[in-house]
Amino acid sequence: MIRDITIGQYYQTDSPLHKMDPRVKLVGTMLYIVSLFLFSKAAPYMLAVLFLAAVIKVSKVPFGFMVRGLKTIVYLLLITAGFNLFLTQGEVIVKFWIFTITKEGLKNAIFIAVRLVLLIIGSSLMTLTTTPNQLTDGMEKLLHPLQKLKVPVHEISMMMSIALRFIPILLEETDKIMKAQMARGADFESGNLFKKIKAMVPLLVPLFISAFRRANDLAMAMEARCYHGGEGRTKMKPLQYQKRDRIAYLVLVLYLIAIVALGKLLPF
Amino acid sequence: MTEIIKEDMLIVIDHLNCIYEAGTSMEVAALRDINLVIPKGQFVGLIGHTGSGKSSLVQHLNGLLKPTSGTIYFHGQDIFDKDYNLRELRGKVGLVFQYPEHQLFEADVFSDVCFGPKNLGLDQKEVQLRAYEALKQVGMDDDYFYQSPFDLSGGQKRRVAIAGVLAMKPEVLILDEPTAGLDPKGRDEILGLIKKLQTETGMTIVLVSHSMDDVANYVDRIIVMNKGQIMLDGVPKEVFSHVQELEAVGLAAPQVTYIMHQLSQNGFPVDTTATTIAEAKEAILKALHSI
Repeated sequence: MIRDITIGQYYQTDSPLHKMDPRVKLVGTMLYIVSLFLFSKAAPYMLAVLFLAAVIKVSKVPFGFMVRGLKTIVYLLLITAGFNLFLTQGEVIVKFWIFTITKEGLKNAIFIAVRLVLLIIGSSLMTLTTTPNQLTDGMEKLLHPLQKLKVPVHEISMMMSIALRFIPILLEETDKIMKAQMARGADFESGNLFKKIKAMVPLLVPLFISAFRRANDLAMAMEARCYHGGEGRTKMKPLQYQKRDRIAYLVLVLYLIAIVALGKLLPF
Repeated sequence: MTEIIKEDMLIVIDHLNCIYEAGTSMEVAALRDINLVIPKGQFVGLIGHTGSGKSSLVQHLNGLLKPTSGTIYFHGQDIFDKDYNLRELRGKVGLVFQYPEHQLFEADVFSDVCFGPKNLGLDQKEVQLRAYEALKQVGMDDDYFYQSPFDLSGGQKRRVAIAGVLAMKPEVLILDEPTAGLDPKGRDEILGLIKKLQTETGMTIVLVSHSMDDVANYVDRIIVMNKGQIMLDGVPKEVFSHVQELEAVGLAAPQVTYIMHQLSQNGFPVDTTATTIAEAKEAILKALHSI
């Protein structure tokens, strides 16, 4: 029941995008998101869609798998598009009852919807092609310069990777405890909101206890292997840029130049 | 099917199939064409390797999992029928999960045991009476009743958790690996307790385990599962005579059976069907006398 959530999931396959250095993917995703907010014109968006389509093609992740992740934000999408559609002032196209749709509103609504969809697919493409471990590795390396400013970069990325690592475990645990309590006649579905919240107690108490127990065990296991933070720690697979990563950076820069050129030069 | 179900056939499993992630590349058949009849009052041992489908099977018995096809009849009624009351069923088919102490949540032992019967909608007096009886059945002293369940020892916690299911007065008690993680003493205590429950109350019991030694001493019937299918089904002696087949799927006969086989191979004329230490002692003595 809880396993339908796909945001942040990793899709195992063999593609150039999967092999790419996580730093490239992190920087790329960030720049791509920025590029979506640079212009509110049709031409740059066309380019952004084409670029994303090409990257998806390269990633070998089935498109249907990505769209599944969009289901969770459908309402958010509808509400934001709706607000833009009905509440923007300008040249009126349709008017009925209390609703007025303006030309500007229509344009805004379409742009905001496209922007959100691209944003979600673009960022989920990163998590789909990068394991949580690679992701935190990449982040640690990228944020490394901040160490000079006394930012505990290694500790932050370690916490992140542990948190990500435990999501599936805790989901499974939740499922198990839910079943155990249902076997004792617990009812998680019927009743009003207040009743439903109260019904959560037999689920949440054991879940928290198990989370603390796991945290305790993990801390102990890490200490038993002499973990003492990031200082002097080496990596089994240190991140190193390859030829394909340099090419990817080049493609990224070309894309950014193209989108800026389109946005500045074309009037639509 | 319904017509031929007799009064004493408590649970009838009819062509049960369960496939996870059907239609995708990750398709796994957890259960394949399971057909079983469990009569009232029987003590059944369900044995299989990790991933053999034994846990999936018992979770179907109280309707926690829904089958892909096939069905289960409890007292002759289809439990997967739309109108069937599954919550009521869960009161009658009590399922104790693996590591049941992980489900404890109340501030004191007594309230935790009350959770099950309270969910059945009984009045407070009846709830407390049942909780008291259940705690006594598992051998907990009154002194522990108002302690936090988290202060108890591992074995005690497990007994309290079992009492939490017993308090619903189920007709069938299913225990999934009730001895996992216990020391030998704790294991013997829990198994002895289950046997006592069965002889005293006539309750039908399904004991899930992967250890032959655990079940050999207690059960009337052993069902061996492998890869989602029933591989062997019979009284312990009969099942343990298939030593080679059991070993082929990563299981083993009880240690006693091996000793008896060794003795007989080395020319000592003993009866090799002994499965418990008591039986083995008798067989050896008999052989000694006959020499």
